[in-house]
Order: sequence, then structure tokens, then C-alpha cells
Amino acid sequence: MTVLGADEPALPAGAPTTQPATGTATNTPGAGEPALPTGAPSTGEPPLPSGIEQPKGPTTGQAPGAVRKPQPAGTNWLQAMGLSGFLDFRAGIRTQHDPHEKQASLGETRAQLDFQKTWNKVTFKVVADFLEDPVPDHQEVDLYRGRGWIDLRQANAAFGLTSWLDVKAGRQILTWGTGDLLFINDMFPKDWQAFFIGRDVEYLKAPSDAVKMSFYSDLANLDVVYTPRFNADRYITGERISYYNSSLGRLAGRDAEARVDRPDECFQDDEWAARLYKNVQGYELAAYGYWGFWKSPGGFDPATARATFPRLSVYGASVRGQVGAGIGNLEAGYYDSRDDRNGDDPFINNSQFRFLAGYERDLPMIARDLTVGVQYYVELMMQHDQYVQSVRALHAGMPTADFARQVLTFRVTKLLMDQNLRLSLFAYYSPTDADAYLRPNVNYKIDDHWSAEVGGNVFVGQVPHTFFGQFRDNSNVYAALRYSF
Amino acid sequence: MKPINTINLTAALLLISAATQAALAADEPSAMDVVRHANRVAYYQGKDGRADVKMTITDDQGRTRNREMTILRWDQPDPNAAKAGATAQDADKADEYCGDQKFYVYFHRPADVNRMAFLVWKHLDKEDDRWLYLPGLDLVKRISSADKRTSFVGSNFFYEDVSGRHINDDTHELTKTTDTYYVLKSTPKDPKSVEFGYYLSWIHKTTFVVVMQEYYDKDGQKFRAYKALGMKQIDGYWTVTKSEMADLRTKSNTVLEYDNVKYNVGFPEDVFTERYLRRAPQSYLK
Repeated sequence: MTVLGADEPALPAGAPTTQPATGTATNTPGAGEPALPTGAPSTGEPPLPSGIEQPKGPTTGQAPGAVRKPQPAGTNWLQAMGLSGFLDFRAGIRTQHDPHEKQASLGETRAQLDFQKTWNKVTFKVVADFLEDPVPDHQEVDLYRGRGWIDLRQANAAFGLTSWLDVKAGRQILTWGTGDLLFINDMFPKDWQAFFIGRDVEYLKAPSDAVKMSFYSDLANLDVVYTPRFNADRYITGERISYYNSSLGRLAGRDAEARVDRPDECFQDDEWAARLYKNVQGYELAAYGYWGFWKSPGGFDPATARATFPRLSVYGASVRGQVGAGIGNLEAGYYDSRDDRNGDDPFINNSQFRFLAGYERDLPMIARDLTVGVQYYVELMMQHDQYVQSVRALHAGMPTADFARQVLTFRVTKLLMDQNLRLSLFAYYSPTDADAYLRPNVNYKIDDHWSAEVGGNVFVGQVPHTFFGQFRDNSNVYAALRYSF
Repeated sequence: MKPINTINLTAALLLISAATQAALAADEPSAMDVVRHANRVAYYQGKDGRADVKMTITDDQGRTRNREMTILRWDQPDPNAAKAGATAQDADKADEYCGDQKFYVYFHRPADVNRMAFLVWKHLDKEDDRWLYLPGLDLVKRISSADKRTSFVGSNFFYEDVSGRHINDDTHELTKTTDTYYVLKSTPKDPKSVEFGYYLSWIHKTTFVVVMQEYYDKDGQKFRAYKALGMKQIDGYWTVTKSEMADLRTKSNTVLEYDNVKYNVGFPEDVFTERYLRRAPQSYLK
């Protein structure tokens, strides 16, 4: 008889009973003891020694239906079909008056459908957003720039061509690099407008229409991305966010939306991006290359009065790994502005050198689930003197950018209520530009489907012509409700 | 008159008593032996393993949240293990090696974490390496692992409960042995690094499965309790199939159910790299 003491736990269902030498154990518990649960192996049978294969079919100790997959209620048919998605209701309003824009910064109903299925070892993925957005005036569908009632986020096929080569072709979201909301070697398109008006941070990354080839070896891994037709950033045009228009010498918005000349010849205006990377003892090392164009307008053609995207190559490297109790990262990149190597064309961005150092860690000594991160970022303009001379030659009083633009960022995140409430703040501050951009956010998971969010985008700047300062009339607050399925 | 005989008799009795003590002691394992064996059964069975995990989190008002994920585990093989052609005995010995491990967790539910993947390289001699992949952003985020005793995906289980607390982080004492259990008391070597004062473990003598654990705070109050609710033998390995962790202060609990558990699947080590964070290994996740 297996006698359990008064303070001893009951054996779990299915446990073998302890066998005294005589082998006369029974399942009858003593007085005051919990009954052994059903499903325990029949008496007199010692447990099988490890390493021995279980025969197929029900055997000692196995409950019937042993290989049952979990059956969640309700949405199982959606999962089986490879579908998931969400319904997102989002509204935002400016906190001050912007003479060039509407007072509402955001007001949309979005339905995202995400479909993923693997057939014959090829994984097909389609992610489409259906959008009802009354704020902008244009509503024609433009899948390339993400306008209109449908925004196709992803439509791609991914497969392993050989054991050392993976391919992903089609519309896809691509990210690499080590910065936190700061980008040096990530030359994939970004949607700055979505980022500034309070859409979910997922929308900072705009889709690429590209082919990604990933080569794997013991020596190192190589990613190569070919984009046949230039994918520009979804840059600020003035349509929803006012910006500094250097031709007019003032802030402008819907009254002077940027007109651009974008390279759009297939195969002629193409982009190549590559990353060579390796994990050495927990340190992630990478080298990067990009051959294409400035992603946001980096030039101006005075003859046509249109913004342009001059040619650009970027060469960089990064390292990320454990530093003390946290994660540290370093990244650097050289931006070779190929159409203005001398730096004396005032209408084309000069070459730059960019550097970033970051550190992030938990602070368990202060509180549970508290994470803090800091970054230092600097942009050095090459041929700065030539730049200043050329600008002054055009326009004596025109403001010029500094040789070194420095930015500090600070991120703090705290989780509360069993990690269902997330408080976060991300702040950019530039001591050289005397401007800042703050992104406070509160997100609460109401249950497994519903979540609510409240946040803001605060732009502060001493002068209107610096990177963040120019957006100072666009500060806004927003709220959102999302149902995920 | 017969002092020498008395001395001889006493000496003989002492010798017999000592021999019996030694014989009894040889039957009883040391605390460290029990802990090592239980640790192996809990975290290291087979060369690798996989399981579908369903987590039900219930708060003090009875509201529930569900998490569903698939966990893949790979164990660092013993560097001193016998080469190819090892016998079954050698294979068994190799299974006793408990070193570094790699875990890949792929989330299915709830919908907002669907297709997120979490990768951990567990190290015994230094901090774990952790990465989180966010599919909507194609972002491989590196996460600091300084705080191991923080909730895993909002449940009552900590990261350390999922990947395994290092057995040398506590001093273990075998407080009693009953017919069914070894009862251990474990006290942390670095009390400032943990929230508990000590914990008690009931380890099943036959299978070395940890059946129950009770955590006591620094004032000696019980505040957290783990229970194994169901177990079965899979591929010859005794496996906990249902367990519960309760927080007695907040009156919340999490129930874990393991399904589709397999051992010695034969994953290549490179499944546990960035390559498969960005492109989930569908064949192993089914």
C-alpha cells in the first residue's frame, strides 16, 4: 500500500505507484489520504526504463487519445485555414492649430487580413489592409505608395531552394540593422507619415517589392536583396504633416505639397542591398552594402522645381551582444552621395558618415518588467565647408545644417497587471538641432481579442528648419481600439 | 577481570553499527544526486524534444486568458561522449550530461502574438542569449536576460521555470524521505537575486518528477505553489503533461497542458538560429 503522509501531495494522474519489494502494492489509499488519480498504471508494473521505444497504440500509463492536438474554442477554423487579422479603429487630433493642415490628424477604420499557407514546401503569404480613411482628400488606389482603400502590405512566396539557400520573392517587409527607431544600414522603405500620425509602429516599415536571397554556410551568412524598381520611403509630402519647404523658406503643408521626380524605370532604377553576418560567441557581427538612391527626397531640380532622389551607396558594419547585464550595439555607415561627391551642389545631399551606439537593459532592482534603453547617434556631413559656401552663394540668409547632427534617444517600458498593461515612452532629443520628438504610449490588453491604446506624438523645436523642429505644428494625440482574430 | 573482552565486544558492536549506518546511507541518495536527477527529468530528457503547450491564465476574478505555443528544445551533446558506434549504455550516459540548451518558442495564440518566435540559448556559465522575432516588422530584437524571474508571456511561470533554474544557484538539503517522495529544501546562494526565501520540493522517488514545489518568502510565508497534475510516459521518458503554478497572494494561477510531446526528433542545431526566426521551421512545428 502506498501510504502518503498528511502533508504529502497526491501523485499526479498517470504516475506509477511506488513498489515495495514484495510487489503487492494496490491503489487503495490509507485513511485521510487522497485517492491515487485514475489513469495510473496498473499495479505491479514498474515504469519502462528510458530509451525503450513505446509500442504503438495504448500502453500502460498512456491515457486514451494521447496524441490529441489542443482544440481552442471558436477560432480554430480560421487558424486551420491560415487566416488571422484584426479590426483597428483609430482617431487622432492635433494639439495645436496648424494653418496648413486639417485639425484631425488621423481617423480610420482598418481591417487587416493575414493569410499564410505552406504548399509543397513553398510558403505563400498575403497581408492586406482594407482602409476607410476620410482624412486625406485623395482616395484613388495606389498599391505602390499605399494609398486608397487597400494597402497591400505583403504578397510573397518563400521557399528553400537548397539546404543553404532560401528565397523570398514578392512584396515583403524587410528589416535589418541594430538601431532602435534609428536607421543607418536599414535602407528599406519607411513610412514616416504613418509613424508621425499615430498608426501602429508596424506601419513605420513600408513594403518592398523585391527578391531576397539568403545564403547560409558555417563561415558566414549572406542576404542579398534585389529591388527591380526603386522603393522610396513614404516620405512627408505636406498632405498630412506640414514640413519645412526650403524653396519657400517656411513651413508648408497642403498649400505646397512636395512634387517629386522619382526614379521608376524597372531594372534601370533598381536597388541592391546586402548583409554579410555571423554570430561569434553570442556577438552578432554584420557588414552591409546598399546601391540605390536616397530613400526620401535628397535633392532638388531647380529647372523643374521638383524634389529628386539622387543616387546613393551605403557601406556599413555593426556589432551587437551582451554587455554586462544588458545588450549593447554599435553601428556605423558611410553614405556615398554619388551625384554630389564634391559636396558643392547645394541641391543634392552631401555624403555622410553615420554612427550609433546603444545600450538596453532590464532594471529588476528598481521594478519588475522595467526596461530602459539609450542611444547616441551622430551624422557627420562630408565636405561641409563646400556645402555652406554653395548654399550661401544661392541665398545669403539661408539656414545651413551643422557639420555634426547629434541625437540622443531614450526608451523606457514598464509592464503592469500581469503584463497586460504596457506603458512606454520613446524620446529623440537633438542637442545640436535643439529639437525633440516624444512618443508616449499606453496599451492595455482587455482580453485575448480586444486591446485599447492611447498615445501621442510631440514635436518640439527651437527653429522650424531642423529635422524634428519642422514638424512642431503636427503634435497630436490619438486613441485606438483593436479586435484581433 | 575481562576488560579486553569488553573492549573487543564494544569495538565489534561499534563496527557493526557503523557498517549498518554505511549500508543504510548507501541506499539513500544525497540531496545533490536527487536534484541532478530531477533536473535531468524536468529539462534534459532525450537529445532534444518538442511539445505543444496550452497555457490558461486565470485571474482572481475567474477571467481567463489563453496562450498557445510550440516549444522546441535542443541539448548540447556531451563533449566527452563516445563517438559513433556507441552502445546503448553509452547513449544512456550521454543523456546524463546536462549542459547548455537551445529553445525555440513559436506562438500561435492569442492573435496579437501569432507567428512571433522567441529563441533562447541557455548557458550555464554566463547570461542566456535571447531574441524575439516580430513578423509584422521583420524585426529580430535582442532581449536582455538579466531578469529571469519575470513572468513568461504574462503567466504565473517565470522564464526560469520554463528554461530551468541552475541547480548550483541554491543549496539543497534532503529534509526527509517518505515511501513516495524525496522532500528537499532549497535555499538561494544569492538571496538578493530572488524574491523567495526558500522553496520545498516533493520529488517522486520512482520517476524523479517534481510533483510539488512550495515557495516561501523571506518572512517564511508560503506565497507560490507548483503542482504536477498529470503525467505519462512518452518514448520511455516520464513527462509531466499537466501542471499548475499558483500565486497565492494575487490568487491567480496558470495551468499548462503539454500535447504532442516527442523526444529525439533529431533537429539540426541550426534550427535555433536567426534563419528560422525569420522563416519558421514548419515541418517541426506541426
